[in-house]
Amino acid sequence: MTRSSWPLYEVFVRGKRGLNHVHVGSLHAPDDEMALRNARDLYTRRNEGVSIWVVKADHITASSPDEKDPFFAPSGDKVYRHPTFYSIPEDVPHL
Amino acid sequence: MDLEREFERVVAADHRVEPRDWMPDGYRATLVRQIAQHAHSEIIGMQPEGNWISRAPSLRRKAILLAKVQDEAGHGLYLYAAAETLGADRAELTERLVEGRQKYSSIFNYPTPTYADVGVIGWLVDGAAICNQVPLCRTSYGPYARAMIRVCKEESFHQRQGYELLMTMMSGTRQQRAMVQDAVDRWWWPSLMMFGPPDAESSNTEQSMLWRIKRHTNDELRQRFVDMSVPQAEKLGVTLPDPDLVWNAERGHHDFGEIDWSEFWRVVKGDGPCNQQRVAHRRRAHEDGAWVRDAAAEYARKKERAA
Repeated sequence: MTRSSWPLYEVFVRGKRGLNHVHVGSLHAPDDEMALRNARDLYTRRNEGVSIWVVKADHITASSPDEKDPFFAPSGDKVYRHPTFYSIPEDVPHL
Repeated sequence: MDLEREFERVVAADHRVEPRDWMPDGYRATLVRQIAQHAHSEIIGMQPEGNWISRAPSLRRKAILLAKVQDEAGHGLYLYAAAETLGADRAELTERLVEGRQKYSSIFNYPTPTYADVGVIGWLVDGAAICNQVPLCRTSYGPYARAMIRVCKEESFHQRQGYELLMTMMSGTRQQRAMVQDAVDRWWWPSLMMFGPPDAESSNTEQSMLWRIKRHTNDELRQRFVDMSVPQAEKLGVTLPDPDLVWNAERGHHDFGEIDWSEFWRVVKGDGPCNQQRVAHRRRAHEDGAWVRDAAAEYARKKERAA
């Protein structure tokens, strides 16, 4: 039995206009064109999308998924980036 | 050790484990086995009903059945994709299936001799599958949980089309009603077996519950399914083939008769009515499709070289 050498693609679908493309899963396909067609048949059988992106999985560069990853440490101590850092008297309107 | 504590913390806090997180080998192996079996079940499950696509009684029924069987293929693919995030290889999983080294749900080893079977599969078999699958939407492994959310949304159409089909037949001729009752008689017990062996004999349950892969025991889910099915059967006007099936007010559940576990184990071990046929059909489809997969891969290589 021969093993298929079709590469793995990750699939991103825009649910409707105004929304971001969101990762929905993956599939195997021989090339980009077929990946798109397979993605349509697999992930949008019930009008789940208006636009699809497919990208070969090995073209994705990812951070480590751990929430405690030091990669995300630089933003951890910068509380002054959030609006709640600033105390403003309650009677100041529209702020 | 730190990694293991972190894994346990994530699971205990009901957070999701994601593909590149550290996880115990046993957790990974259990998931690959469970997700692969689940994927195989969806793919093999296309056969009993696929049998009726060309003979469904109207264009409407053919279109519905075709969409349903296509959904099963889709569910298989969502699940194979989830298994691949754990390092499994889809082609290898398919090989294990066609070589009989990996199992699928025994329910698909029963035949579908009449069109009423299509309705009863939708109502009871998909109904039991939904009972099993809804809690899996909260299973601890992220990609599996997300695949199950998609699957559950689509299964709801499957169950409803089955029940509607049966309601239509029940309002037909006496012969049609008899056909529905016959199908119910054949599928009721195998449907109860879909939840797996009783808790006392289920070897994987305890660890799977600790890891929050499973959230309810086999017997809990089976009871839930019985309680759901009884009023549906009444409404439909069929009799569930179990003289011991009665409401137990004290427990707030239905009591039901003893399941024939010797039949369950016989079918699991390969001696059901259709085991050989199902696997042989899958192997043939896979082998017959090899030239298409090869040709498409070759075409892609050629285009890449030309570019």
